[in-house]
Amino acid sequence: MASVLDETAVRHVAHLARLDVTDEEVVRFAEQLSSILSYVEQLNEPDTADIPPTAHALPVTNAFRDDTVRPCWEPDRALHNAPQRQEDFFQVPKVLGQDGT
Amino acid sequence: MTLAATTAEIARAVATGERSAEEVVGECLDRIEASDGALNAFLSCDRDRALSCARNVDAARAKGDQLGPLAGVPIAVKDNICTTFGATTCASRILKPFHSRYGAHVVERLEGAGAIIVGKTNLDEFAMGSSTEHGAFGPTRNPWDPARVAGGSSGGSAAAVAARFVTGALGSDTGGSVRQPAAFCGVVGLKPTYGRVSRYGLVAFGSSLDQISPIASDVRDVALLLSIIAGHDTRDSTSVDAPVPEYDAKLNQPLNGVRIGVSDQYFGEGLDGQVRDAVWGAIDLMHREGAEIVPIDLPHMKYAVACYYIIAPAEASSNLARFDGVHYGYRTAEPKDIIDLYASTRGQAFGAEVKRRIMLGTYALSSGYYDAYYLKALKVRTLIKRDFDQAFESVDVIASPVTPTTAFRLGEKTDDPLAMYLEDIYTISANLAGVCAISLPCGFDRQGLPIGLQLTRPAFGEERLLSIAHQYQLRTDYHARQPPAAAVA
Repeated sequence: MASVLDETAVRHVAHLARLDVTDEEVVRFAEQLSSILSYVEQLNEPDTADIPPTAHALPVTNAFRDDTVRPCWEPDRALHNAPQRQEDFFQVPKVLGQDGT
Repeated sequence: MTLAATTAEIARAVATGERSAEEVVGECLDRIEASDGALNAFLSCDRDRALSCARNVDAARAKGDQLGPLAGVPIAVKDNICTTFGATTCASRILKPFHSRYGAHVVERLEGAGAIIVGKTNLDEFAMGSSTEHGAFGPTRNPWDPARVAGGSSGGSAAAVAARFVTGALGSDTGGSVRQPAAFCGVVGLKPTYGRVSRYGLVAFGSSLDQISPIASDVRDVALLLSIIAGHDTRDSTSVDAPVPEYDAKLNQPLNGVRIGVSDQYFGEGLDGQVRDAVWGAIDLMHREGAEIVPIDLPHMKYAVACYYIIAPAEASSNLARFDGVHYGYRTAEPKDIIDLYASTRGQAFGAEVKRRIMLGTYALSSGYYDAYYLKALKVRTLIKRDFDQAFESVDVIASPVTPTTAFRLGEKTDDPLAMYLEDIYTISANLAGVCAISLPCGFDRQGLPIGLQLTRPAFGEERLLSIAHQYQLRTDYHARQPPAAAVA
């Protein structure tokens, strides 16, 4: 495990998370996240070679239901909280024609 | 009688006609209005709607209709639980404004039982925190000492019950978020088994850990609330289809013969001496009543905080991806392009703790680090769960402190995230293992601050858990004491 997250790494992770961070936040998060990650290093102590992962604690498997047609929301209900709306759509800035990042 | 009343007593008074629901709810709202300015337990109250619902209860009674078990009882709900009335904020600027178009399963259940939702309570933003200081709308203060935190993240719900604004409230517990504030505020909080209560309409934080949890001033009321909110719901695929006992009718099982597991791992370095003594006092009392004390070993519990602070942020970073300025809530002004729309909206509207957790979780799930952090944490989670499985082969219940100390001062830990995370050292493992655990008052420190006892049982062991806790309360009066603020309100 790499225990230190430098400022370059913080900016990279912030980009992955689609989260703008200020220069001041980059400095602070680098320090705080590094400290948390150092603490987390102790997870290397126990031997987990033959231990299966637990994604959630109960032995509940897939919950299936019948594939039947049910009523769904009217557009007005679904769009009630939309910050910007155009007709029956959520309005966003142009997506196509960007560099694909 | 309102101040000292319990949920069960209010329901009885309304059912017999001794009091009208309108009168009960009106008094409740008056108390909140008069005294919550100092505590900030509530983010919003809808007086008109609450009184109108109360009048409906009174009209139904006048007609001779069958009333629900909570008819006319004022209840508070944490503001990360969706309601079709008022706002649902999660104490975040990113959900300003947000008016849910559907209500949570638990709200439907409570209202179906006749309860009156009087308001939405304060929390750490998106339930991330242990002090209710990380919200966008100011901290909640502890009714026992307003210079101290109420705990978190369900600090508003715990403070509202402690101040006797309401007799019952709902919170959510992902790593101790109901049990820790209950301990700090001197009330009872139960984290049910993972899957016991439907989370439909709870804004997701850590989906393998979150559980909606009742808070009340005594165990009987918590049992009553659980009886109403528990049960299967097809809208939450993790809710388990298991029978729901009438928990509040099964509280009289004897303490005699109960095997209480005690682990050194809960009583090590960092535990305040007064907390330790009070918890041992409770264990000794149950021993005198015929319970057996059995030493147990939970060797991997020391990794619980490290394990949790990979898993919970990883799940949070995924869950909170939906807050992107597109579908609801806040949107940045004049974004350059779609990526800027996402990133600026999130950068401007999330608070520092939520950002930290999104960063931590994104990092733990990112290419090259997934195996080292996330997968490793899931494997350690298995070890922690196995510790509990093994312990419960020889004991019925595990007794421990809820928190290492009593309520700390506002601002004391806000600049040190790791110190704040370590607050949850005794509560997190129950969420990782999916078991049920309750926090109940077991004493006060020399400054008059409440101390909590945690009792933990295996998955779906709530019936016996509540009974043991109730038997303890029959023999003590810590839960009946009220903070000075409630006495003058």
